[in-house]
Amino acid sequence: MSHRILIVDDEPNIVISLEYLMKKEGFQVAVATDGETALQLASEFVPDLILLDVMMPKKSGFEVCQALRAAPELVATKIIMLTAKGRETEVTKGLALGADVYITKPFSTKDLVLQIKSLLG
Amino acid sequence: MIRSRLTAQRLAFLFLLGCFFFNYPLLSVFNRGGDFFGMPPLYAWLMGSWLALIAQMAWVVESRGD
Amino acid sequence: MLQSWVIVLASFFYLGILFAIAWYADRRADTGRSLIANPVVYSLSLGVYCTTWTFYGSVGRAAASGIGFLPIYLGPTLLFALAGFILHKMIRVAKANRITSIADFVASRYGKSQLLGGLVTVIAVVGVIPYIALQLKAVSNSFAILASYPDIIMPAKAGAVPIFQDSALYVAMILAAFTILFGTRHLDATERHEGMVAAIAVESMVKLAAFLAVGIFVVWGMHDGAGDIFAQAAAVPEVARRLTTADSPAAYGTWGTLIFLSLFASLLLPRQFQIAVVENVDESHLRRAVWMFPLYLFLINLFVLPVALAGMLHFPGAGVDADTFVLTLPMAHQQEGLALFVYIGGLSAATGMVIVETIALSTMVCNDLVMPALLRLPMLGLATRADLSGLLLEIRRWAIAVILGLGYLYFRVAGEAYALVSIGLISFAAVAQFAPVVIGGLFWKGGTRDGALAGLAGGFVLWAYTLLLPSFAKSGWLPDGFIAHGLFGIEFLRPQHLFGLTGLDEITHCLVWSLLVNLGAYIGVSLQRVPNLREARQATLFVGGAEAAGIPGWRGSAGVTDLLPLAGRFLGLERAHEAFARHARQRGLRGIEELPPDTRLVNFAETLLAGAIGSASARAMVASVVTEEPLGIDEVMNILDEASQVRAYTRELEQKSLELTRATAELREANARLQQLDRMKDDFISTVTHELRTPLTSIRAFSEMLQEDPKIDLAQRARFLGIIVSEAVRLSRLINQILDLAKLESGRAEWTVTAVDVAEVIREAAESLTVLFAEKHVALDLDACEDGLIVLADRDRLMQVMVNLLSNALKFVPADSGRVRVGLAALCVPEIPLRGQVTPQEVRVSVTDNGPGIQAEDQDVIFDKFRQGAGTADVLTDKPQGTGLGLPISRQIIEYFNGRLWVESTPGAGACFVFALPRQAGDNDASKSTGGVP
Repeated sequence: MSHRILIVDDEPNIVISLEYLMKKEGFQVAVATDGETALQLASEFVPDLILLDVMMPKKSGFEVCQALRAAPELVATKIIMLTAKGRETEVTKGLALGADVYITKPFSTKDLVLQIKSLLG
Repeated sequence: MIRSRLTAQRLAFLFLLGCFFFNYPLLSVFNRGGDFFGMPPLYAWLMGSWLALIAQMAWVVESRGD
Repeated sequence: MLQSWVIVLASFFYLGILFAIAWYADRRADTGRSLIANPVVYSLSLGVYCTTWTFYGSVGRAAASGIGFLPIYLGPTLLFALAGFILHKMIRVAKANRITSIADFVASRYGKSQLLGGLVTVIAVVGVIPYIALQLKAVSNSFAILASYPDIIMPAKAGAVPIFQDSALYVAMILAAFTILFGTRHLDATERHEGMVAAIAVESMVKLAAFLAVGIFVVWGMHDGAGDIFAQAAAVPEVARRLTTADSPAAYGTWGTLIFLSLFASLLLPRQFQIAVVENVDESHLRRAVWMFPLYLFLINLFVLPVALAGMLHFPGAGVDADTFVLTLPMAHQQEGLALFVYIGGLSAATGMVIVETIALSTMVCNDLVMPALLRLPMLGLATRADLSGLLLEIRRWAIAVILGLGYLYFRVAGEAYALVSIGLISFAAVAQFAPVVIGGLFWKGGTRDGALAGLAGGFVLWAYTLLLPSFAKSGWLPDGFIAHGLFGIEFLRPQHLFGLTGLDEITHCLVWSLLVNLGAYIGVSLQRVPNLREARQATLFVGGAEAAGIPGWRGSAGVTDLLPLAGRFLGLERAHEAFARHARQRGLRGIEELPPDTRLVNFAETLLAGAIGSASARAMVASVVTEEPLGIDEVMNILDEASQVRAYTRELEQKSLELTRATAELREANARLQQLDRMKDDFISTVTHELRTPLTSIRAFSEMLQEDPKIDLAQRARFLGIIVSEAVRLSRLINQILDLAKLESGRAEWTVTAVDVAEVIREAAESLTVLFAEKHVALDLDACEDGLIVLADRDRLMQVMVNLLSNALKFVPADSGRVRVGLAALCVPEIPLRGQVTPQEVRVSVTDNGPGIQAEDQDVIFDKFRQGAGTADVLTDKPQGTGLGLPISRQIIEYFNGRLWVESTPGAGACFVFALPRQAGDNDASKSTGGVP
C-alpha cells in the first residue's frame, strides 16, 4: 500500500511541483493551500507524512505543526517543514514543535525524495 | 583709631542720643523764660547736654574695657 | 598806641612766627621726627573749622537770634560721634588710594573720572569763594576798627572805598603770598603739609585763647559773672528775647537743617577734608579727636552768648555791628592789649582758614582741572616733557592767587549784603552737594560716574539758582526782579520760593530742592546701568574698605624703565628714585633694577603719582606707558557684578540641565528608533529572503524535474517551462523593486520634476493595464477624470504609483464581478498650508475597488515595507504577481512631492486608496479657473 502524503503550501507553483514529484514516486497525495484546510484534511486523510510550509494565510506552519502533534490519531505522521525562512531560530522552533525534518527552500528535489523515503522507512 | 565695632556702635548710639538732645521736640521743653542756676534754661540745657555728650564720647573711645 | 603801623607790624610778626613754626615742622618731618604725629595736634588742627565766622560771626548771630549760632557746632560733634563709621572709613580709603582732595576722592570712587574730578573742583571753588570773601571782610573790618582806636567807628561799606585804598585787597594779597610760601614750597608725593598742619594747630590755640580771654574779661571783668549778664539781659525786653529762640516749626526746622548742614560741611569742606583725611598722619589719632575736637568747639562757644548779650547791653541801638562785639567790647573798656590779642586771634582764624582752604582748592584745581586739560593738549607737548614738577607748583601758585582774587571780587560785589554767618552758610550749602556722592560712594556699590555727575550737576545748578544768584542780586550786582517775580516773570521759578515752596528760610529752601534733585539724580541715573568694570573695581575698594585693596587695578605690566621716568616727571627724578628704592626694599629686593615689571609695580607707580597729580590724571599717565591686556569690558563687568553673576550662573545651569534632559530624551528616542530599525531591518531581510526564495524554489524544483526526467510529455514540459519563466520574471521584478526602494530611501533616486497633468497619467496607466483588466473581466471606470489639474512631479514615478495602485486593486477584486473606479478632484484645504504652495489646493486621486477590504489595524501596516511579512500573512501580500513592496515605494514617491498616500476601507466593502498632491496653478488651470481659486 502506497504512503499518503499531505502537501501544505500556498504557493500554487510549488504545490504543482511537489504534487508531481510525489505522484511520480507513487504516493497518494492530498493538497491544502492554507493552515485550516491542512488540519481538516489531516484528520480525514490521516497522511503518513506531511510537507508543511510555514508562511501561509490563516494559520502558520508552526501553528499547524503544534496542532497536529496534539492530535492522538496522528502520532505516527511524519512532518517535514519546508520553508523559505532559513534562520537558525526558526529551524530550532520548527523542530521543537515536533517537526521531524526541516528543509529550507529552495530545496533539491532529489534530496527531498530521499528524505521522505528514509522517514517512511 | 576706633578699636572695635562695639566702640563704633556705642558712638553711633551717642550720635542718635545727640540728635535727640539737640532737636525738636526736646528743645521746645527748655525754650522758655526763667532761669536755671542763673542761666537761661535753653542755654543751660544745650551747653550741659553737649558737654555731657562729649564726656561720654571721650569715655567710650578712651576706655580700654572692650 | 594802636596806630595802623603797630597793627600791621603785629600782624606780620604773628605771620612770621607761624611761618617759622611751619618751617621747623617741615624740617622735623624731613628728618623723620614728625612734630605733628600727635593726636592733640590733629585735634587742634581740626579747629580750622572755626574761622572768623566763628570768631566774630557767632557773637553776631547770637545777638540776632540768641542760641541760633550753636547748631553749626553741634553738627560736627555729631559727625565725630559717627567717626567709627564715616571718618574712619574715609581715612583708610583715602590712605589706601593716596587721595589728595575731596575732588580726587569723588573722581577716584567713580572710576577715576577726570570729568567728575573737574566738576567737584568747580563746585568747590565756586561754593567756597564766598567763604573766603568772608575772611577777607572780617580781617579788613577788624583792622579798620582797631586802627580807629580809641574811637569805635564802623568801617565804610565794602566797595565804597577805592580799590587801592581797600585794606581787604592788601589782606588778600598778603594772604596769597603767605599761602604760596606756605603750601607750595615743594611738591610732596603724598600731598601732605606737615608744616602747615603744625601752624594751623598753633593758630587754633591762639584763636581759642583770644576768645576765651575776651569771654573771661566780659563775664568777670565787665560783669559779675555770667549770672549777672543773664540777669541784666532779662531786665531789658529787647535783649531778653535772645534768651530763648523762636518757638515755631519753621525755626526748629531751620535749627535741624543747620545741624545737618554743618555735620556735612565739617567733613566735606575742602579744608576739612584736607585736615581730617589727607593730613591725617595716623588713623589712631582719630580716637582722641572724637572728643577733643568737639570739646574745642564747646570751649570756643562757651562765652558766645554772654558776650553777645553784654554787647547788646553795652551798645544799645544799631550803632555797633554785633559781628564786632568781640573786638569793640575790650576797646570800649580801653583794653588795648586785649583788643590787639583779639585782632590777632581773628587774623589767626582767617589765615588758618584761607591757607588750608586755598591749598586744598589749588591742589584740586591743578590736579583735577588744569593738568587733565593741559595733558590733553598735544601742542603743549606736556605729555613728553621731562620734568613737570616745576610746572605743577607754578599752576598751584597761580591757582591760589586766582582763588583769593575771586574771593576779593565776591567781597567787593556781595560782601555787604549779608552777615558773616549767612555768607558762610552759602558755602556750607554748596559743599553739602557732595554728601550724596561721598557718603553714597562709601556705602553703596551701585553708584556710577554718570549718576554722580548728574547728581552733582543738578544739585549745583539748584544751589546756584536758589542761593548764589540771589546773593548777587541782593547786592545789586544783578537785577533783583527775578527774586520777587521769578525767572522770566514766572512765579513758580522764584529762586527763593521755588515751585511755590514757602515758609522756609533760604538755606533750608535751597537744601530741600538741591539735595532732593541731587540725591534723586544720583540714585536714579546710577540705576540706569550696572557699574562698568572700573567703577565696580573702585566701588569695591571704597565700599569694601581697605581690605579690598588687594584687588589688582591693572591687567597689564610695565617696567621700571617706563615708570620711573614717568614718576620723575611729576615728582622730580630724585624723589621718584627714592620712592622706587623704598618700594624695592619693602619687597625685599636689593635695588630698583631688581623690580619685576608686574601689576604690583604698576599699582605702586599709579598710587605714587596719584599723590602728586590726582588719581584720574595718574591713571591716564600710567595708562600711557602700561600695555594693558585687552579686557572684555562687558564680560568682566558682568563677572564683577556678583548678583548678575549668580543670576547668569543659575540661568546657565538651568539651561544646561534643560538641554541635558532634552538631549537625554533625544538620545533615548534615537536609541529606541535604532533598535527598532535594527529589528525592522532584520525582519525585512528575512522577508526579502523569503520572497526571493519562493520563486527560486519553483524554478529550481521544475528545472531539476525537467533535468532528471527527460521522458516528460511535451505538454507537461511546456507547462513547467512556462512556470519557470514566469517565476524568473517575478524574481527579477522583485529584485528591481528592492533596488528601487533602496534608492528612494537613501535619497539617491533621480527625479525629473515637471508640471504633470494628472488625468493624462491616469489614462496612460490604465491603458497599460487594459489587457490584464480584460483578462480578469474587471471593469475600470475613469469617467470622473477631468483634464487640467496640474501637479509638480516626476511623470514616470507618478505613473509607477498609478500602475501599482491599479494592479493592486485588480489583484483583490473578484474576477468577472470586479469593479475598479478612479476618481480625480481638486480640493481646497486652507487648513493645511503646504510648504511652498501659493494655492492652498490639492489634487486628489482615488482608486476604489470592490474587493475584500482591509482590516482597520492593517491599514497602516500595508504601507510599511518592514512590517509586511510574517504576522501579516492574511493581509495583502499580492502574491503571486506582487512583491509586497509596491505600496511602500508608492508612498515614498508621493511623499517626495509633498503629498500623502493613504487607504480608506471598510472590511468586506472594498478599499479606496487615495493620494493627494499639492496643486500647481498651471496655464491650463488659469484658463479653467472658476474664480474661487486665489
